[in-house]
Amino acid sequence: MKSFHCTAIGKSTLLSIIAGLLKPESGVLSFSRASTIGYMLQRDHLFEWRTIYQNVILGLELKKSLNEENTQYVLQLLKDYGLYSFKDKKPSELSGGMRQRAALIRTMAIRPDLLLLDEPFSALDFQTRMTVSADIGNIIRNTGKTAILITHDLSEAITLADRVLVLSKRPATIKCELPVHYDIERTSPLSIRNTEVYQTYFNFLWKELSDDLSDKKNNC
Amino acid sequence: MISPTKKITAEPGGRPSNAQEAYILAHRKHHHKIAFFRLLILLVFLALWEAATQAGYIDIFFFSSPSAVVKYLYQMILDASFFRHTGITLLETVVSFLLVTAFGLMAAMLLWYQNSLSEILEPYLVVLNSLPKSALAPLLIVWLGTGSKTIIVAGISVAVFGSIISLYTGFCHVDEELLKLILTLGGTRKDALFKVILPSSVPLILSNMKVNIGLCLVGVIIGEFLAARRGLGYLIIYGSQVFQLNMLITSIIILCAIAMILYKLIQSLEHSYKKKQ
Repeated sequence: MKSFHCTAIGKSTLLSIIAGLLKPESGVLSFSRASTIGYMLQRDHLFEWRTIYQNVILGLELKKSLNEENTQYVLQLLKDYGLYSFKDKKPSELSGGMRQRAALIRTMAIRPDLLLLDEPFSALDFQTRMTVSADIGNIIRNTGKTAILITHDLSEAITLADRVLVLSKRPATIKCELPVHYDIERTSPLSIRNTEVYQTYFNFLWKELSDDLSDKKNNC
Repeated sequence: MISPTKKITAEPGGRPSNAQEAYILAHRKHHHKIAFFRLLILLVFLALWEAATQAGYIDIFFFSSPSAVVKYLYQMILDASFFRHTGITLLETVVSFLLVTAFGLMAAMLLWYQNSLSEILEPYLVVLNSLPKSALAPLLIVWLGTGSKTIIVAGISVAVFGSIISLYTGFCHVDEELLKLILTLGGTRKDALFKVILPSSVPLILSNMKVNIGLCLVGVIIGEFLAARRGLGYLIIYGSQVFQLNMLITSIIILCAIAMILYKLIQSLEHSYKKKQ
């Protein structure tokens, strides 16, 4: 899992290019093998006119691969993520965290090899955000899939990611790379936040980004 | 046995608490009050109208009166002219409404699907929408003759351009992110149209239908003024020409009733949709 940081430098554009929604003006995009890409947007965007089940099979429906095997897979995902009993409910009947999980199932249903997450927790309030990001982080970690997460939240980046890539101001280049490793399991967001190494990572990133900010001021 | 604290917070499916009951009661009271004053305005108006004609303040020949209208209506029902005229106006309105709704929806979908098409056609739509459609009616008579065909086209012409524009504008305001979602899941623009744009626009389509039904009625009456031998529009024009004010005012009152019934029908459709959601 990686994560990026910085404001208004085209992170979403970068993800759109990786997802193949936009064509790069120059440069080459290469994957180690042909990949299906799953994309999670900032808000869950569950359709209110569909039930949770109908929402999570949307991708399969669009890819016209709604067969018995995939249906079973989706039902299993709903069970695994604790949403099975809510599958016939409307999205508005679910909490913010459950909606985000449903959005993740919708993305996972098409069996992506690479997950792109564009600030998927930014619409949640702080408390929900902490639990949901840890929750989603664990789910993705358990599937063993590669994920690229964009975030502005330093602590989110260092609690979730294995590698943090800091993007510079425009034109965005990779400013530095921070490999993240903890000696403890990453199940609880709080226990990670209490470790010493977390503080070191945090201070390091904070310094990197404040350099960028002071540069900006000098340029103005 | 329910403990006293339990009484305050109602259990799901259990008896509502006192506060809830009071709220429901107040809510109902409010509705009754609204209904009462609505009815009161109508009754006061009718009573004043009747009294003014009885007392001779206004001339019954020019202004008719509620009792004269009721008598005339009764007579119309007896000689079946009520059903003939009301039926034809209703039929023409409903047919033009259905055509406007179907055509408006299809055109708006096409415009949304083909961006450049909507850019090309925009000035034409704007001109056609702001053109007073009554100016077209004489032309329609020359082209299509006098009869139901002309009147239905007149009804369509009044409502269709506005319908296309408001539906298309609504389609364009659907959140871009939702379209992006469809694309990220491997869908096409056509998928976005049928899976996002249309279902999310159902409330818009329903409210557009409410506007359309009123406008179609306007168009149909304009058409009947000029090109009909039957229908309420014809009765209104004929009544004014032969100074049969009872006929004229009764027709207008029937029109009011039709307009309200049609509107209420679509409103109930809207309510049942909202309830389903």
